[in-house]
Amino acid sequence: MAVITDALCPFCGCVCDDLTIVTENNKITEVKHACKLGAAKIMGHHRIKAPMMRKDKHSEFKEVSYEEAINEAARILSNSKRPLLYGWASAVCEVHKKGILLAEELGAIIDNTATVCHAPSTLAVHEKGLPSATLGQIKNRADVIVFWGSNPVHAHPRHMGRYSVFAKGLFSEKGRKGRKVIVLDVRKTETANMADEFVQLEQGSDYLVVSALRAILSGHADVVPESVGGVSKDALLKLVDTLKTGKFVGIFFGMGLTQSKSRYKNIDNAISLVTELNAFTKCVITPMRGHYNVTGFGNVCAWETGFATAVDFSRGAPYYNPGETAANDVLIRKETDAAMIIAGDAGAHFPADSVRHLARIPIIQIDPYWNATTEVANVVIPVAICGVEVEGTAYRMDGVSLRMRKMIEPTHPPDTEILEKITERVKVLRGE
Amino acid sequence: MTLKVTLITGRTINQGATIENKTSSDYMEATACCELNSKDVALLGKPGANVRVKTKHGEVVVKLKENNGNPDGLAFIPMGPWANAVVDPDTKGCGMPGFKGIPAEIEVTNDKILLMKELIARYK
Amino acid sequence: MELLIKNGSVYDPSNGIKGDKTDISIKDGKIVEKVSSNASVIDAGGRLVMPGGVDAHSHIAGAKVNMGRIMRPEDTRAGIKPRTKITRPCTGYTVPNVYAMGYRYAQMGYTTVFEAAQAIMKARHTHEELEEIPIIDKGALTLFGSNWPTMDFVREKNMDKLAAYVAWGLLASRGFGIKCVNPGGGEMWGFGKNVTGLDDVVPNFDVTPKDIIVSLMKVNEMLGLPHSVHLHCNNLGKPGNYKTTLASMELAKQVKPSKDRQVLHVTHVTFNCWGGTNWGDFESKADEIANYLNNSENITTDMGQLIFGSATTMTADGPVQYANAKLLHAKWANGDVELEDASGVVPIFYAKQVSIHAIMWAMGLELALLTKDPYKVLLTTDHPNGGPFVNYPEVIALLMSNKKRQEEIKTLHEAVHKRTKIPGIERELDFNDIAIMTRAGHAKVLGLLDTKGHLGVGADADIAIYDIKPDQIDPSVEHAKIKSAFQSAAYTIKGGEVVVKDGQITATPMGRTYWVDASVPDEHTEIMMKDIRMKFKNYYSINLANYMVQDEYLTHPKVVRAGVIPAEVS
Repeated sequence: MAVITDALCPFCGCVCDDLTIVTENNKITEVKHACKLGAAKIMGHHRIKAPMMRKDKHSEFKEVSYEEAINEAARILSNSKRPLLYGWASAVCEVHKKGILLAEELGAIIDNTATVCHAPSTLAVHEKGLPSATLGQIKNRADVIVFWGSNPVHAHPRHMGRYSVFAKGLFSEKGRKGRKVIVLDVRKTETANMADEFVQLEQGSDYLVVSALRAILSGHADVVPESVGGVSKDALLKLVDTLKTGKFVGIFFGMGLTQSKSRYKNIDNAISLVTELNAFTKCVITPMRGHYNVTGFGNVCAWETGFATAVDFSRGAPYYNPGETAANDVLIRKETDAAMIIAGDAGAHFPADSVRHLARIPIIQIDPYWNATTEVANVVIPVAICGVEVEGTAYRMDGVSLRMRKMIEPTHPPDTEILEKITERVKVLRGE
Repeated sequence: MTLKVTLITGRTINQGATIENKTSSDYMEATACCELNSKDVALLGKPGANVRVKTKHGEVVVKLKENNGNPDGLAFIPMGPWANAVVDPDTKGCGMPGFKGIPAEIEVTNDKILLMKELIARYK
Repeated sequence: MELLIKNGSVYDPSNGIKGDKTDISIKDGKIVEKVSSNASVIDAGGRLVMPGGVDAHSHIAGAKVNMGRIMRPEDTRAGIKPRTKITRPCTGYTVPNVYAMGYRYAQMGYTTVFEAAQAIMKARHTHEELEEIPIIDKGALTLFGSNWPTMDFVREKNMDKLAAYVAWGLLASRGFGIKCVNPGGGEMWGFGKNVTGLDDVVPNFDVTPKDIIVSLMKVNEMLGLPHSVHLHCNNLGKPGNYKTTLASMELAKQVKPSKDRQVLHVTHVTFNCWGGTNWGDFESKADEIANYLNNSENITTDMGQLIFGSATTMTADGPVQYANAKLLHAKWANGDVELEDASGVVPIFYAKQVSIHAIMWAMGLELALLTKDPYKVLLTTDHPNGGPFVNYPEVIALLMSNKKRQEEIKTLHEAVHKRTKIPGIERELDFNDIAIMTRAGHAKVLGLLDTKGHLGVGADADIAIYDIKPDQIDPSVEHAKIKSAFQSAAYTIKGGEVVVKDGQITATPMGRTYWVDASVPDEHTEIMMKDIRMKFKNYYSINLANYMVQDEYLTHPKVVRAGVIPAEVS
């Protein structure tokens, strides 16, 4: 029996680093301190045993050797005129670096799962910046905490305990009792049930509500109608007062803002609100990132290419224009003629039209598990699980870089090795 | 009875806990469902009934569930292949499809809920 | 591998060589007495040869640099170059990608660059980027000026614990030295406030910026660190701040240097030699700072020269960045780090017809030209705060040519005449001065003069050859040639390998990362760690076991030993 302490959780953007893992004979037998999400991932289940290929999308998979699968993957990619390399968020940064190099080599588009999560937040950051802070700053200082379009009870179960609502610190020794917690959402979620104030918005009205708050904050309450987006003016006035009089306001937002009607403009507006609040008090804003290392992909991609995501290498130099180069854009336009899906499941998480196109073109899947992408794949290459069987770097939702630990020895090769071999093979096929 | 709603999709704890195990019945149970408040559920039938959710972009059969956190006329389907059968693929020029705020119609059906495999097979 | 550079017109200030025709022999990456007849030969043909450039203050890697990239796609688009057989794609102007960072420094003949600020908690990120920057040697200074442990130990007046914390913090961050930014202000920015001077008391910690600066200087010398305390003064960005800068410099008198170098490096003086009381009566007091430097022996500075055009301001000085964003109506990123410091990123455009910018342009030049000893003023742009480092050749040309300066002044806001001394300064620096301000001085200030910034036997074979024949050029008149030669080295040699020829990258070896391993008595570490463990238990949002930068992030480390226990000869 072996016990690993201070282990890091490879599930959500909280990247909790206080887990204890018990192993026996290279099997994980117990996960302590993790939430339901983390424990489920770390405990794992039956894996894809060996690489698989099939003649066409309707036939059955046949097991093949890694070499065969890698050669076929390289053949598909090097024959492609418009390849897409998508996924990445469930892998460590070391994998991202290899992926970007392969994208360069192929002249491919590389995009990550943020494209259906917080990529609109990045567009807003282009417009307005990002006044933020590490999570420990919230823990130690925040007396007002806002969750907007975000439901941590379900999506980030330990966030409230470790970093925000209940966390105690130097200037927040009372924890929950010393804090005012506000939830803005269209549904009364379990998170809303724990709040001091729940502000229920009409679906799609976030932009209007942020605008009303900004108007009130700037002394123009007179132009605000009696009700905005289903929220009474009185409630808005009260909310502005709470925000202004807090000593440290921490705002967290989720896909309620990034995916609803105004998309990145919601966040653009929210960041302006935060900036303006700083004339009255300290206020910071943080996106609730989903996958444990989706923030890492954005960082690696930014330092290597200058852009955080949706990078098109077809010109030899990085080009970026979401709406044109993001994964769903190129799939819905039927531009992509081959795709590699790695450490993300486009088959499950893209709209039907995008999956319909994936079903028409050659697909290489690199993943530990059988998922919806497998159903449309031609080549499936199973790999070790980053953060469980492979160590490496991950970036928490607040950009703190951490080193994921290895809990058990892998039974499959790591993503990095597969990507290196595909890249080498692509070079050979291209006569380089 | 056909109920007109606004559809949103999103994460849930059970969807997350089964996300790495998508071939399991637990994943299907967690994601092939549609939540309405009890008033809206009553208009259609009973929780546990199969319902067809139809939008401009497609249709899908899922199980009806009750969630009284939802306001009237708001339907929630956990993110995943079933939800994505009916969401709006248009990225509106910024890369992000329409996963929330889709006009939808819901009606009770005797049709069965497709397995993930069957659902994706429709796209081939 | 052996290499011989013949017929160079060599400028090697720390060895007293000023344009002599000297041959340089290289073997196994080092400069040696002589090489065999098998050595490859580069005939410099009378051209200018200098040690590889060294930059002691530049923002090249880490959280705020990357935030600059993420928030400024418009900047990324400004420097696009596709990949080649040798090079990865390049992007960006003020915030280049990691590859452009290495290539562009190398193309200017630079071979060693230090990142000027990393919070310990975010140091892993800094090293992830440093690992990807090709060619150059590098390192990073670690922020200590607002850290809770620093302020606690300063308040307790326990220099043993503070020294132990600094030593441990350098190990945890794999840092090279002590950076201190707006001391105390980083903590106060946690609640949106700031200190206003050296004697303000930081609430809850009961220390003043003065206490912090003096204590850090003391432990820096107790530890015998190669570099001195590297200070970004309080009140930066506020008219009238030159008084705070002078008062901070005055503190250096309280501490004796442990080595042949300064005890205090005051950085990017362009941003803290401001006179006046508001933007209306804003004026340069660079002359006062230069005057102080001319009459003191233990302080060095760097210019932080302003370059007209686009820049990205980025600093651990959180409050100044919020003020900048408000003033400029610009986008604003803030990046507080729990228990450690603040930070912010704000884009800016420096315009010739904006009086403040014209005056700031003059400040860096005044400082450099009015300070007699070039070892006391290093050439920097505080990249990318004053402007991107690719503009160093422009600064060199300005320093070497009064004619160029006068031509430039004609294009600037008239305030440059009334509020600065630059129009009347005739001094023109020579190649020896430039070699000090871009090489030898940086190496001396960093404490790396044994192997960097010179061409004597035993030095690293980091060498630049420029397409200038010093005896056949009048830099005062031919300043355009000077600028273009320094932009594009004829040769850059890094560790004995030709990495640039005729301005083009020819090889991309991996550089080393310098960090300082300072030893302290175990009992000091033990007692200090009790406090640290308590802070992790109660305050940090990560566990102590996951805090320190692991060996995996320094694949080519260069450890410099220091400490209160004399290092054993290894």
